[in-house]
Amino acid sequence: MEPLHEAAWIDWANFTPFASLLGGAMIGFSAIFLMATLGRIAGISGIAASAFFEKEGRIWRIAFLIGLVFAPLLATMMRGEVQPITITSSFPLLIAAGLLVGFGTRLGGGCTSGHGICGISRLSKRSVAAVITFIATGIMTVTVMRHLL
Amino acid sequence: MKEIIFALIAGLLFGLGLVIGGMTDPMKVLAFLDVFGLWDPSLLFVMAGGIIVTFIGYHLQLNRSKMLMVEQCHVPTKTALDRKLISGAALFGIGWGLVGLCPGPAFTALYTVPEQGIVFVVAMLIGMAFHDKVVAK
Repeated sequence: MEPLHEAAWIDWANFTPFASLLGGAMIGFSAIFLMATLGRIAGISGIAASAFFEKEGRIWRIAFLIGLVFAPLLATMMRGEVQPITITSSFPLLIAAGLLVGFGTRLGGGCTSGHGICGISRLSKRSVAAVITFIATGIMTVTVMRHLL
Repeated sequence: MKEIIFALIAGLLFGLGLVIGGMTDPMKVLAFLDVFGLWDPSLLFVMAGGIIVTFIGYHLQLNRSKMLMVEQCHVPTKTALDRKLISGAALFGIGWGLVGLCPGPAFTALYTVPEQGIVFVVAMLIGMAFHDKVVAK
C-alpha cells in the first residue's frame, strides 16, 4: 500500500509529453488511413469482436490485428532497443480484467480507441460520455487497488 | 488483397503509435489512472495527439468526402445516451484499471508479454462473445 498523496503529484521522471503526443498523432494517422482506404472506424474492440465472431468482413480485421500484434517487433527493429514491459498482475486478476474489458467494451460500444480517439473526433456525445465514464471508473479502481486495499 | 494490405498498414501504424506513446506498457497506463499517487499524465497527450489528427482528418473526409478511396463510410449513427453505453463503459473502466490493459495494448501484449497477453486476450474475447452471443441475443 502506497501513501495517499494529498494532491495530485506528477511523475516527472516517467512523463513523456512529446513521445506520447507523437504516438497519439500516429494513432490518428492510422485512424484517418483506415477511414480513407476502407471507410472504417479504428475501434479495436469492435474490430476484434467482428474478426472473431462475425462471418463477414473478417479478413481485413484479422490483417489489422496482425499488424497491431507485430508493431512492437517493427518498433524494436527500427529503434534497435527493446522497451521491457512487465505485467505483475496474477492470472486470476488478468482473467477478471479481460472479461470485464471484453464485456464492457461490447456493451458500451467501444473502447479507448473507438470512443476515445475516433468518437471524440466525430464530436459524438455518446463517446464523450463513455470516455468520462471509463476514465472515472478506471481511476476509482486504481485508487482502491493501490491506496485503499 | 488491397484491403488486407491497407488494414495491415493501419494496424502496424496504430501499434507503433501505441509503442511510441508508451501505451503498450500497462504500468504507464495505471500511472495515468493513479491520480492520487505519483501521476503520469502521458496518456492525455496520446489522446490529444490522436484527437487533433483524427479530428482534422475526419472533418476533411466525412464532411467534404475528400481524401476517400471508398464509396461508403461505416460510421456509428446512434446519438442518444443510454444505460447500456454508460454501464458498459463503467465495466470496461474497472477492467482497465485492474491491469492497465485496454483492447489495443492487449493485442500488442501478445507479442511483448505473451504469457499474460494470451490469458488476457482470451478472457477478453470470452467477455465479448458472452455479450454478443448471449446477452445481446
